[in-house]
Amino acid sequence: MIDVADEANAQQGASASAATSTLTVPVAGRTMRSAAGGPGGRRAGGNNTRKGLEIAFFVAPALLLFVFFVVWPIVKAVQFSFYRWKGYGPLVDFVGLKNYVSVLNNDVFTGALQHNLIIVVASIAIQLPLGLLIALLLNRRMRGQGMLRTIIFVPYVLAEVIAGVVWFQLLQPKYGVIDAWLDAVGLHGPEQGFLGDPKYALATVIVVLTWKYLGLAILLFLAGLQGVPDELYEAAQIDGASWWQVQRKITIPLLGPTMRTWAFLSMIGSLQLFDMVWILTKGGPANSTTTMATFLVTEGTKRSNYGIASAASVILFVVALILALLYQRFIMRRDNTVTVIKKKKVAR
Amino acid sequence: MARMRRATAAFALATTVALLAAACSSGDDNEPGTDSTTTSGGGDKDVTITWWHNSNTGDGKTYYDKVAADFEAANPGVTIDVNAMQHEDMVTKLEAAFQAGDAPDVYMERGGGELADHVAAGLTKDISDSAADTIAKLGGSVGGFQVDGKTYALPFSLGVVGFWYNKALFEQAGITDVPTSWDDMYDVIDTLKGAGIEPISVGAGDKWPAAHYWYYFSLRECSEDTLKGAVTSLDFSDPCFVKAGEDLEKLIAAEPFNAGFLTTPAQTGATSASGLLATGKVAIEMQGHWEPGVMQGLTEDGLGLGENTGWFAFPSVDDGEGDPADALGGGDAWAVGANAPDEAVEFAKYLLSDEVQKGFAELDMGLPTNNTASQYVSDPALATLLDVRDKAPYVQLYFDTAFGSAIGGAMNDEIALMFAGQASPQDIVDATQAAADAEK
Repeated sequence: MIDVADEANAQQGASASAATSTLTVPVAGRTMRSAAGGPGGRRAGGNNTRKGLEIAFFVAPALLLFVFFVVWPIVKAVQFSFYRWKGYGPLVDFVGLKNYVSVLNNDVFTGALQHNLIIVVASIAIQLPLGLLIALLLNRRMRGQGMLRTIIFVPYVLAEVIAGVVWFQLLQPKYGVIDAWLDAVGLHGPEQGFLGDPKYALATVIVVLTWKYLGLAILLFLAGLQGVPDELYEAAQIDGASWWQVQRKITIPLLGPTMRTWAFLSMIGSLQLFDMVWILTKGGPANSTTTMATFLVTEGTKRSNYGIASAASVILFVVALILALLYQRFIMRRDNTVTVIKKKKVAR
Repeated sequence: MARMRRATAAFALATTVALLAAACSSGDDNEPGTDSTTTSGGGDKDVTITWWHNSNTGDGKTYYDKVAADFEAANPGVTIDVNAMQHEDMVTKLEAAFQAGDAPDVYMERGGGELADHVAAGLTKDISDSAADTIAKLGGSVGGFQVDGKTYALPFSLGVVGFWYNKALFEQAGITDVPTSWDDMYDVIDTLKGAGIEPISVGAGDKWPAAHYWYYFSLRECSEDTLKGAVTSLDFSDPCFVKAGEDLEKLIAAEPFNAGFLTTPAQTGATSASGLLATGKVAIEMQGHWEPGVMQGLTEDGLGLGENTGWFAFPSVDDGEGDPADALGGGDAWAVGANAPDEAVEFAKYLLSDEVQKGFAELDMGLPTNNTASQYVSDPALATLLDVRDKAPYVQLYFDTAFGSAIGGAMNDEIALMFAGQASPQDIVDATQAAADAEK
């Protein structure tokens, strides 16, 4: 199945690159890999053992680390999730799926899952257009371009904890800078503060997250923009396309792979979100900003219900895995073929 | 000095006992590494004791460093590895150490369900015999640190929760008497508000400071027998617990708390509940006996509220079944890790000696449990508190500690929801009962 699809992809890629030699920069890497990888591997039959040893030698360290720090903890978490366990002493109290049932029936956890999904959607819905816009602006030649790029990227470079503490202080009701500004212009923030009021807390967290991670989106988009060949712009200019038309018909389609990769990273990051929320609200007030990660940390380290915390972490893992696979399967792949076709059109 | 010499003698005796024990047993119960040195020789062998404490600022830290140095000087060959940490950091690190099955040699226990869990997991040393003389001296206060009649830790500071207030702000608002009933308290709240002062700060972001209100109302509404019964039977069906929730609901409805209290941390930073009191932004905060020390750490001059620090007990409620003199409190005790060398027990005993407790009291680091030291508590506010503690017919350990973190956590979360207006008195009881049933 996969092989066939890959080959089809490769063929399309190849035909696309045949049709337009300069256009397929983003797809070229993939085309080359599938073209050289298949037959190349089979041809090396004579030196099989040596090649195997070579591969083993180079892969082993990474594989060891992977097994030790990724696979092993996952296996342990799954194991813990079947026990009632206080965090120390031997695992003796096997409870089967009871921990999973109690996690899934827990309003706080289902609330946390909802918050995670809201953050996933909001991050992409806000940061994609905003990031794209700023990236396009910053990609034009203008004065102070370098400085602007740096400023926009600063929040992302700042350590999460520092940024969180700074925002927490800014958002203090009464004594915080933001409340002071609002008062100065005659507006008044919510009495409990933006983070202290269950109605506004999640939205406030999303604003801070946008501020923090917009820089990454812009950086990636700017990098993607460097990959768009100048010839296309020249050709478009000769054809009399407006700036707006150029962006819509050339830049954005060619930025597709970058945007999809960024959205994928953003989605996974949002699902695993912990640190910023922990610093700003600890999941409060009234559980209005809990995420799956804060839930499992609270259950584990605060209440010593490590079985339940492990069950929650396994659920988080499964949710992230399913979403990641669906995304890869439907968005990354289908869009790949679509862009290839579009590119051909552009070339004509 | 005499005391120290006696400690040395006791130490010599202890090593002899240890030697005998080592000769009889195979020595398997000792972990390899530093611990094995205890059993293999007398005072000439080097022993390192790790000691974790939470007096990480100012005079307290200096004093504890001196205490460790004194003990080292009196016991050649003993090195004390002192780790002073901020309280929450220490708790987190202790959890991690327990998970690794490797508790520090001398560390803090808070009693209740937590200690029972540690004992059940074999992490804490039974010191009933090795510290018998100290235990006898401390008397009833050891009770909270016993499991099945055996003593596992030596309480060095036992305090009660109450209202800390800013005398200057009270004066400014024209309040002359501290409230003794909740009717008085509501008058105080109104008067403070009228004077443009935020009445009370509460660190509901950390949940437990908010939960203490419900604990205290329960203590006033429920009889001692009901509370003691609840700790053992985990039954919260008595209507007094719902009444406590109703009292709390009424208090929250009066809006006495600082702006943003739902995310206010307990005692970290100037905008925490303690910070607001220390910097004169609010008039009152309900907090434990450690508050003056915390406030000192939160002000630039290192004085906290200084001479404006006042303290009054939790006011009485009308028709409550509890004795109005009962107090909510708890304490810290020095426990010895299961694998610690015998010198660690000696060190824990030394920490409870008249001499060390005297210095402890003089620096207002806590409320000494060694009666000979009570007279040295110089701070007038702490002296008031100590008086209330000593006169209380019954001191209820903080519920979250008494019931253990699983039940306590569920209870605190639900109480915090009430502060956000999202839980009813019955919800608190139900959530607590559900968590308790899951533990049975």
